[in-house]
Amino acid sequence: MDIKVQVRASDHDAYVVELGGEIDVYTSPKVKDAIMELIDRGHYNLVINLEKVRYIDSTGLGVLIGALKRVREHGGTVNLVCTNPQIKKIFDITGLVKIFGIYDNEQDAKKALA
Amino acid sequence: MNVPARSEALVGTVDLRIPSEPEWVAVARLAVSAIANRLPFSVEEIEDVKLAVAEACTTCIQDSPGEHFIDITCDVAERSLRIRVRDHAFERSEAARPRAVAFSEGLGVFIIQALMDDVEYNVDPKSGTELVMTKRVGS
Repeated sequence: MDIKVQVRASDHDAYVVELGGEIDVYTSPKVKDAIMELIDRGHYNLVINLEKVRYIDSTGLGVLIGALKRVREHGGTVNLVCTNPQIKKIFDITGLVKIFGIYDNEQDAKKALA
Repeated sequence: MNVPARSEALVGTVDLRIPSEPEWVAVARLAVSAIANRLPFSVEEIEDVKLAVAEACTTCIQDSPGEHFIDITCDVAERSLRIRVRDHAFERSEAARPRAVAFSEGLGVFIIQALMDDVEYNVDPKSGTELVMTKRVGS
């Protein structure tokens, strides 16, 4: 099983976390570490790109919810990029579509941070 | 454990035992996906089954740290798949009640209930926890 985590700086102090592979109970700690490290360094506006994620479960959702909670304490936000219908369905049934900004591409997700 | 009666005849049963460790959940997911693929499920239905099984295994691992294994039984019928996921946390009977509450309220179980057609679980202090879930073709 694989998970790829790539972090890169974007415009206006925003950071993009690009994830690829499968996010489950085994791999989600790696994702959590990468995101929490960014937040600990004072970056509170994040785009998390799930375009290359094939699978996510409740532990992965828990990481995203935890990140959103942390950045909101500092006036920041987390926007997601996701077009995979199966993953969007999980956000739908859990009601997380109402909590996260979910965009079809990275450009729109970054624009919405501003 | 109480196993609900089936209305369809079984065409096969597959048993799988995995170590109760996070790195093995993917194995359960892929094995059950391969079994579901033998039925006329859509791709989306197979994805639902995969996620439901993974959530059940994850719940076992998170709620019962230190247990050695998880048993997964797949009862295959012509147009339905019933999956039983059992852990064996019977040594901590005093913990059974809080575990039952946690089990019913977790996000994982919420997802399972949304994706599968029938879901029930039994917490037995003598034999552990069993989640029984069924997916029917085209439902």
